[in-house]
Amino acid sequence: MNRGRYRILVGMAAGVGKTFRMLQEGRQARSQERDVVIGYLEPHDRPETASLADGLETVPRLRTAHGGLELQEMDVDAVIARRPQLALVDELAHTNAQGMRNQKRYQDIEEILSSGSDVISTVNVQHLESLNDAIFELTGVRVRETFPDRILDEADEVVLVDLSPEELQARLRAGKVYPKERAEVALQNFFRQDNLAALRELVLREVAEDVEARRQPNSLEPLSKQAVAERILALVEPQPKSQRIMRRAWRSSQRLGAEIDALWVRPRGYAPSTDEATQLAALRRLASILGIHFLEVDGDDLVGAVKRIAGERGSTYVFLGTPDERRRVEILRGSLLSRMVRELPGTDIRVVADRAKREEGTR
Amino acid sequence: MSVLSFLKRREPVSPGGPRVLVPFTGGELDPVVLEAAIRVAQVQGATLVPAYLIVTPFEFPLDAPMQKHVGIAMPLLEAVEHAALRAGVPVDARVETGRTPTHALQRLWDAERFDRIVAPAPVGRGHGFTPKELQWILVHAPTETIILRPDPTLAEGLRLARTLEAVA
Repeated sequence: MNRGRYRILVGMAAGVGKTFRMLQEGRQARSQERDVVIGYLEPHDRPETASLADGLETVPRLRTAHGGLELQEMDVDAVIARRPQLALVDELAHTNAQGMRNQKRYQDIEEILSSGSDVISTVNVQHLESLNDAIFELTGVRVRETFPDRILDEADEVVLVDLSPEELQARLRAGKVYPKERAEVALQNFFRQDNLAALRELVLREVAEDVEARRQPNSLEPLSKQAVAERILALVEPQPKSQRIMRRAWRSSQRLGAEIDALWVRPRGYAPSTDEATQLAALRRLASILGIHFLEVDGDDLVGAVKRIAGERGSTYVFLGTPDERRRVEILRGSLLSRMVRELPGTDIRVVADRAKREEGTR
Repeated sequence: MSVLSFLKRREPVSPGGPRVLVPFTGGELDPVVLEAAIRVAQVQGATLVPAYLIVTPFEFPLDAPMQKHVGIAMPLLEAVEHAALRAGVPVDARVETGRTPTHALQRLWDAERFDRIVAPAPVGRGHGFTPKELQWILVHAPTETIILRPDPTLAEGLRLARTLEAVA
């Protein structure tokens, strides 16, 4: 059975209109003769949202008791049994009540998709697992309901539902998001202008990265990738000179408009010393500041590993430091540089000189 | 080529010798301070660690790429590295981010060992550390710290040019 298509509507915070948009899209699909059901809807007591849901079939919820409270969850089996063409499922990061088959709602959604139905779902950016620490730093709020990044990666479409912080605050003040008494508290806390601006920045960047990732799918042949853009591969080791290699690669990338990968080929079974571990951590920090993708692979064949990674990443330039191989190895196996040139035809290779050696030579 | 160099194995990774940290921020490092830091490293047989501190606004994650600041930091670090190497002092440059210059410093010395810190004092309305930040450094630095007064005769803006000129 073919997996259904998954479309995720993502926003910076509650109240930007994700659920509203999901229902609009559901209604539009129904007007095009598609079989649409609401798998789960969080109306949040918003009359506009509730009225938009009117007339759309809703799969009855599953009721479960927990600690004297009655909780309602999506009845995933009922949705699957109903076999709609499109299911609308709100709040994919939601944690299900204890005793449900799946712990999280995104897992329920995966079952629905596997059964062949398409799904439109919603989520706020603060629930993304990889952003959890950043969100805490920005807002002081530790988000407990998270979902793995792969959910966004695997979705067929990720759509941004955007609203300016000022517009969202206006909606809050008008009582369109929460009841007015709750809205005032929210405006003083999570929904402060600076928080919202930061969250908006995050969600815009996240969706932009998603677009970029989809623009260069892995299925592109290496040759096609080269035709699209330049890409630099900087070979580093846990040594101070590698900082310079990365800086040089970054400067060239500015001229070429190229993406950069930094690669350390770690000999198999090699355990870095304390100094090397410090150097590695510093290289990773520099990589993140410069926007470089830092890669580590295990292997004893440096040239082979570089060839493989350069092929996978579509590298057009390789930057490396002055090789300090033993002369014997050079004589017996050929120099590292000549092997690189031989194994990476069509790739520019640039050796970043060791300035310390130049200064030694001129003193 | 001597027999010794023929048999020489791969150069060992930094043997963990003394390290002199020279943090700076705001797009300039006073040439007087740089020269002094190089002399200190020279005398101690130490590696000079020039560290450019980038202030990351709260709306960005700490590890967000900061292209504008990096564009200022990279040529400066290259220049500082060149000056140190010309004096025969090994260099291990860094770029560190933080919410404030002192936060970036804290992150740096939490992650790495330094044996001496050489920091420039503020002059006029320069972009370096403020008096309050210097006070913080003196209280919290994990090792001996030298505060150096930059050349007071250099006007703001000239300092960067002079730094680059001094090492060109």
